[in-house]
Amino acid sequence: MSDTTIDTTTRASTLQQARLPRWAPLGLAAAAVAAGVGIGTAAGMGNPFQMGLIAALLFVVLSYGVTAAVEGGRQAKNQMATSLVWLCFLIAVVPLLSLIWETINRGKTVLDGYFLSHSMDGVQTILPGGGAYHAILGTLEQVGIATLIAAPIGLLTAIYLVEYGRGRLAKTVTFFVDVMTGIPSIVAGLFILSFWIIILGFGYSGFAGAMALAILMMPIVVRSTEEMLKLVPDELREASLALGVPKWRTILKVVLPTSIGGITTGVMLAVARIAGESAPIVLLVFGSQAINPSPFEGAQSSLPYYIYEQWQLGNEASFDRAWAAALVLIAFVMILNLVARGIARWKAPKTGR
Amino acid sequence: MAKRIDISGLTAYYGSHKAIEDISMTVEPRSVTAFIGPSGCGKSTFLRTLNRMHEVTPGGRVEGKVMLDDENLYASGVDPVSVRRTVGMVFQRPNPFPTMSIFENVAAGLKLNGSYKKSELSDIVEKSLKGANLWNEVKDRLNKPGAGLSGGQQQRLCIARAIAVAPDVLLMDEPCSALDPISTLAIEDLIGELKERFTIVIVTHNMQQAARVSDRTAFFNLAGVGQPGKLIEIDETERIFSNPSVQATEDYISGRFG
Repeated sequence: MSDTTIDTTTRASTLQQARLPRWAPLGLAAAAVAAGVGIGTAAGMGNPFQMGLIAALLFVVLSYGVTAAVEGGRQAKNQMATSLVWLCFLIAVVPLLSLIWETINRGKTVLDGYFLSHSMDGVQTILPGGGAYHAILGTLEQVGIATLIAAPIGLLTAIYLVEYGRGRLAKTVTFFVDVMTGIPSIVAGLFILSFWIIILGFGYSGFAGAMALAILMMPIVVRSTEEMLKLVPDELREASLALGVPKWRTILKVVLPTSIGGITTGVMLAVARIAGESAPIVLLVFGSQAINPSPFEGAQSSLPYYIYEQWQLGNEASFDRAWAAALVLIAFVMILNLVARGIARWKAPKTGR
Repeated sequence: MAKRIDISGLTAYYGSHKAIEDISMTVEPRSVTAFIGPSGCGKSTFLRTLNRMHEVTPGGRVEGKVMLDDENLYASGVDPVSVRRTVGMVFQRPNPFPTMSIFENVAAGLKLNGSYKKSELSDIVEKSLKGANLWNEVKDRLNKPGAGLSGGQQQRLCIARAIAVAPDVLLMDEPCSALDPISTLAIEDLIGELKERFTIVIVTHNMQQAARVSDRTAFFNLAGVGQPGKLIEIDETERIFSNPSVQATEDYISGRFG
């Protein structure tokens, strides 16, 4: 059939055409996996990753070929794009799920009330026992202090940039926030080390670590808060100003409440980001086996540092403790995320009737 | 208390761009004055200069005099915040505060200014909502979010919010352009009632609306793209729509232009 003439005898309708059944993509995927495993076994490859790659490749080729044969070229391209998106999604999710699976599996062996409530003070490292209480306490205190420093400064900087900032100063601030976003954590640690400990002569402490964490956290808070404030429509600001409300009150009572959900989420994500930092802790908090409740005096520990330390010891009992601490850290970050989402939902502008 | 507005030699800029040039007119108290004219001729800009909202836009500045009775709004030492408490404004798109309930929206002006007595607040809210013809529709759900109302109700909520702070003048920037004919009618009726108490200035693209609601009409036009907008004439609405003194006005009103 040529393109220029329409053959009405073989084509009853120009709108209807042959379609694959709805389960076709699933069936093709199953076929591709089966073929992948089959080819892999026949060729004597024991590696599931190689089989997966073969199956993935087969899936894309198969879905393109089958759709092209039944439905035509345009639908085949659409189908191939869909297959590729699904594939990329799977590739992205597999490492994440396997990481969580592995951590839960290995971490649960020693994770119990005892682990959460005892330190490593006086525990022989090659024997089971001991816990991460001192590290959990250290992480909570250091991250808490870092948040207390970074969140207000970051918030106010973002308010300045969005509501007041014009011209050269605002551009400079934006530039330096961008530069700060790229600072490696070890450099932030070295900066506090040279400034706070070497020049000013203070000792190692959780507070020194918290300052380095605050440096890492600040640009993230500024960036996310800035985006959230920009989302507040100008009409709301004008409505408030037109009522004769001063600008600072407009920001405090209209702009911030409207965006508080997003701002909280941003701050929580920044907290999650710094909770896993170990480099500044190694430099500034020094690490400790005992419980030190004071973040301002003496060495402390923290979860990332604890994991690193236990792994370094290199025996079965300490591996178990490292995995358990990793599980605690992931759970901590996850709970923070859930809390942030809860707050965002609770504070979101309401539209119910 | 309605006040007279006397504007003389008013020119407004956005940065280096001159948006309106040398406008002089008088807005009578307890009456409705409508601004009509093609898009981009500076009606809204002019309206925003009357409560010093123009300078909120980055680069916005104003030359000339706006006399509210015997006070110049642009005299040095005048606080724009207190000007805006005297000259209220309703915007084109309804913009209730999304985090606040209906009650809080109406009370927002008083609450955010901190100038109210707790005992008076619910009275003022009720009076303002009645004044905006919205009380009967919302009296049972004052604590529901303001954003949950329909578009027309939201706009009346915004009017209630504007009159709750008891201004002398009410500026309306195309208040009905986002509304259906029934909501528009409700707002037009409301404007007719409000002019007993306020001086009202309304910008509109709808000439029937200008003819229906206003006592006096001002026609604005611009010579070409990039040129500043100018006041062509202002007169009794009846005269503008039946026998205007300038040919351009007649062309615009009867649809012959370009």
